[in-house]
Amino acid sequence: MKILVPVKRVVDYNVKIRVKPDGSGVDLANVKMSMNPFDEIAVEEALRLKEAGKATEVVAVSIGPAQAQETLRTALAMGADRGILVQVDGTVEPLAVAKILKGIVAEEAPGLVVLGKQAIDDDCNQTGQMLAALLGWPQGTFASKVALAEGTVDVTREVDGGLQTVSLKLPAIVTTDLRLNEPRYASLPNIMKAKKKPLDVKSPADYGVDVTPRLTVVKTAEPKGRTAGVKVASVADLVMKLKTEAGVL
Amino acid sequence: MTTLLIAEHDNASVKDATNKALTAAAAIGGEIHVLVAGSNAAAAAAEAAKLDGVAKVLHVDAPALEHGLAEPLAAVIVALAGPYDAIVAPSTSSGKNVLPRVAALLDVMQISDITAVVAPDTFERPIYAGNAIQTVKSGDAKKVITVRTASFKSAGASGSAPVETVSAAADPALSTFVGEALSESDRPELTSAKIIVSGGRALGSAEKFKDVVIPLADKLGAAVGASRAAVDAGYAPNDWQVGQTGKVVAPDLYVALGISGAIQHLAGMKDSKVIVAINKDEEAPIFQVADYGLVGDIFEIVPELTKAL
Repeated sequence: MKILVPVKRVVDYNVKIRVKPDGSGVDLANVKMSMNPFDEIAVEEALRLKEAGKATEVVAVSIGPAQAQETLRTALAMGADRGILVQVDGTVEPLAVAKILKGIVAEEAPGLVVLGKQAIDDDCNQTGQMLAALLGWPQGTFASKVALAEGTVDVTREVDGGLQTVSLKLPAIVTTDLRLNEPRYASLPNIMKAKKKPLDVKSPADYGVDVTPRLTVVKTAEPKGRTAGVKVASVADLVMKLKTEAGVL
Repeated sequence: MTTLLIAEHDNASVKDATNKALTAAAAIGGEIHVLVAGSNAAAAAAEAAKLDGVAKVLHVDAPALEHGLAEPLAAVIVALAGPYDAIVAPSTSSGKNVLPRVAALLDVMQISDITAVVAPDTFERPIYAGNAIQTVKSGDAKKVITVRTASFKSAGASGSAPVETVSAAADPALSTFVGEALSESDRPELTSAKIIVSGGRALGSAEKFKDVVIPLADKLGAAVGASRAAVDAGYAPNDWQVGQTGKVVAPDLYVALGISGAIQHLAGMKDSKVIVAINKDEEAPIFQVADYGLVGDIFEIVPELTKAL
């Protein structure tokens, strides 16, 4: 069975982003970019399934600018077998991403697509569910455990009240939550090897997908700040202030 | 214009997240219908009918809908979607699971996690873990929207709308429910609690978390939260996590114990009315958002605070 893992190039999670003063967006000039952390977890899970003998090939795909090749090389260095870049400049919304992925699924015929539950830039949390819808496949979102069996996959999901386990018919979509696994670091020899792994470059037109955004960004602003309050000296002082000043007790 | 609001419920009753999403739906304007899709969910439907400003409740009952699985639930919503201009759900784990599936089936780009309604087609939503707020205008004829519940007040429940029973769309039979492990507790739910006491990595162990955080929460009648670091370290269960990737909360009082205040945690609680932080590191970023900060050892201060209340 083949596993497809979509990966997104995003601002590194350690970077404190800056909103452009004119409200036109977030300043991405000279900012460190990395693979979306949830997607790293997705790559790791696919690799573990391959290493357990339950999958034969792991194909990484990225939809984004030419530099997203670097993100794909990271996936290849972690252990993915080959990469597909669907090159697009500018914003591609989750719905368009899902449509492109549907085209790739038609070509590659994977038994499982593992995606990060959300990208840490737009925080949409949509692509996996949308892809499942377009394919008519079942979905196991926010996975903290994935157990692959013959013809089915059991996914334990992080839900509001705790954990829920569902059994999905294959082929299926899984989206990863934080505690599914801890992604490996790519070793130097593997980074060198990854440079020779095959990487195809395609365009949205190859899949007949129009990537024109449906949403117009009117403006991007700084969130309303919160100012630091006071330091209190003792527990008694704190209790007094909460009772009288804040009135919350 | 008519909006279909997807109720969050457990078949027996409607969850407060529904009341909050209703307030957002009301801000969009027009008539509001509430969908209660479940199994033996008549009680929840009756409760939804009391919500203020609801014109009609659609009650769909089928065994496949008992656990809110995305595939049958999306099929139900899509079958009903035709006449509606907007489909709205709270941004709970259930809403986040099912609504993008609905959006794709309707060929609509969903607007996730809105925090404000600017106009019926224009909304504010946080991006980059709440470090920026984007205003987006949707060009789709139908809007599909999830609502960040912490940003909206709960609608009241003094109405009496008619309940209409609607037959369920066929279950695509792609998935089955296996089981669930839900935390049983008498505490208020994290997302609707008035007071939250949260613990961080500084607690050091699950035992200490229990010994230090829980008694204070009990004393205050509070819900218990945790930072991602504390959850990752196994001190607290995952459904207690407050933060961008956990739950986003806005209680009247948020007490952060031994939490440094990583950006992603702040994104989940900075809309709280009053924030109290207790931490031994006086440079901790949590103090930059706290209304009241107390620098010191949580293992000494928190028991003292519990006793003083």
